[in-house]
Amino acid sequence: MFERFSPLLFSILCFGIAVLYIPIVVLIGYSFNASELVNVWGGFSTAWYTELLHNRQILNAAALSLEVGVVASTGAVILGTLAAIALTRYRKFRGRLLLTGMVNAPLVMPEVVTGITQLLLFVSMLQFFGWPHRGFTTIVIAHIAFCTAYVTITVQSRLMSADRSLEEAAMDLGSGPVRAFCEITLPIIAPALAAGWLLSFTLSLDDLVISSFVSGPGASTLPMVIYSKVKLGLSPDVNALASIIICVVGGCVILAGYFMRRADRRRQLEIQMADR
Amino acid sequence: MNVGAEALAPRHRRSGRELMERYGHWLIILPPLLFLIIFFLIPFAFALKISFAETAIRVPPYTDVLAITSDKHIQLSLSLANYKYLLTDEVYAVSYMYSLRTAFFSTLICLLLGYPMAYAMSRSSKATQNILLLIIILPFWTSFLLRVYALEGIIRENGLLNTALLRFGLIDHPLKIMRTTLAVYLGIIYSYLPFMVLPLFATLEKLDNTLLEAAADLGNPPWRAFLDITLPLSMPGVIAGSMLVFIPAIGEFVIPSLLGGPDNLMIGRVLWDEFFNNRDWPVASAVAIAFLVLLVGPIALYQHYNVKGMEV
Repeated sequence: MFERFSPLLFSILCFGIAVLYIPIVVLIGYSFNASELVNVWGGFSTAWYTELLHNRQILNAAALSLEVGVVASTGAVILGTLAAIALTRYRKFRGRLLLTGMVNAPLVMPEVVTGITQLLLFVSMLQFFGWPHRGFTTIVIAHIAFCTAYVTITVQSRLMSADRSLEEAAMDLGSGPVRAFCEITLPIIAPALAAGWLLSFTLSLDDLVISSFVSGPGASTLPMVIYSKVKLGLSPDVNALASIIICVVGGCVILAGYFMRRADRRRQLEIQMADR
Repeated sequence: MNVGAEALAPRHRRSGRELMERYGHWLIILPPLLFLIIFFLIPFAFALKISFAETAIRVPPYTDVLAITSDKHIQLSLSLANYKYLLTDEVYAVSYMYSLRTAFFSTLICLLLGYPMAYAMSRSSKATQNILLLIIILPFWTSFLLRVYALEGIIRENGLLNTALLRFGLIDHPLKIMRTTLAVYLGIIYSYLPFMVLPLFATLEKLDNTLLEAAADLGNPPWRAFLDITLPLSMPGVIAGSMLVFIPAIGEFVIPSLLGGPDNLMIGRVLWDEFFNNRDWPVASAVAIAFLVLLVGPIALYQHYNVKGMEV
């Protein structure tokens, strides 16, 4: 019955996917262009990649971004998992509505607004307490705040589908709630924690607007450097840098997805075996 | 807390375990709750406060709203000048309306393109579905900034699109797309399309096929079944997807800044310029607060559907 629609639907789907991918493919192609002019193909070259390795500004920014990403996503996974447990396990507590709202708001809050409000908080805190100085610390705190939201939502959906009776059985058999959680539920939600960490890491690595607001002099993350380079005009080494980032992130996501699916399938198989 | 509980109920001696059971959940709730209150909610109060201040040449660059004078009186000096300025200088109203219009039409185009995509995905076999899902999700993971930059490579004057069109003789002169309104639309649609497709796919995938079969058995043509069954049942996905595109698109900064021209003033860009170029923190705060007030409607709508969806 849907066959009649298929060719049209199929071509729209292909068109949409093409729209999503062509610019990225073209960008990666350009990064191997020996010519500095974008519309002239000057032959295959990896010169822009070697140039990256000698650019101290980009290397420093990349180091800062990676450092911020690791710390912020680890913090976000801890806070986000706690928030997800709170929202799924405790149906009623004071502040539940507030927590739900604060977990969902960063997903739709314009970054410029979050950025400027957080900066004003940090500036006022510095005036009163002498902490935190704008730079690494403030970027990490700001990133934790918005990444927590994404982790909470990722973990929450997994927790909801997790079978709580196993944990209750463990508690009936005498293990404490913490131990029961760590041994039963934690392995089940582990893929969601990994996904949440990875998502936070890429979001943190990508953030331009919030970092620009809360960062101080001398602390430039990779997106801030890329933005100013792009804004100034053409710089072919950005093509090389962008290709590296896109390929590494894309590769990691595909690999992580593959391993998570495999682990999931194995768990399902074990459950089936146990049922038999 | 410990001592208080003992004193209130001396007859029921509470063991550590009981206390843990009673109050233990706060150990889980409090860390994220406090962190988000301090670093996400309270900042808005500071922005509100500073929006009533005036610019000053000092560090930080604004006057005190609340101050303790030398004779130990608390002095409150509110200045409404910033808000008056927002109302009188028409740049703000114009940019806000422009942002709304741009976000609305981009969302509409995303919906028109994304709905058939999600529909086609939901009709395909499970194995194809997984691959398609990965293909749609992957750009969502790759850097937003870099994707906007990649789009520039296609649409700029000597980019791929113009080179190809000239080569095939379809145009005589390169099309001017960069630094125009069209570029901003293309940028938003390109960047936000996955946000539209994913929630739509999630609702369409769950759709009960037997309803459609029943409609067909009763002699309804497919378009009728689509309008009467599929479309209404996929409304939650339509709303979620639209809000996920519309709300961030209003506040978009990167796209109008990199792809748009000087007259593509979106509110996010105005706020950024006010802050970084004019270094006028109080006016930037006032813009942020006014923007937020105007966003309350769409955000509440999104929250309403989202929270309801999560409770089910």
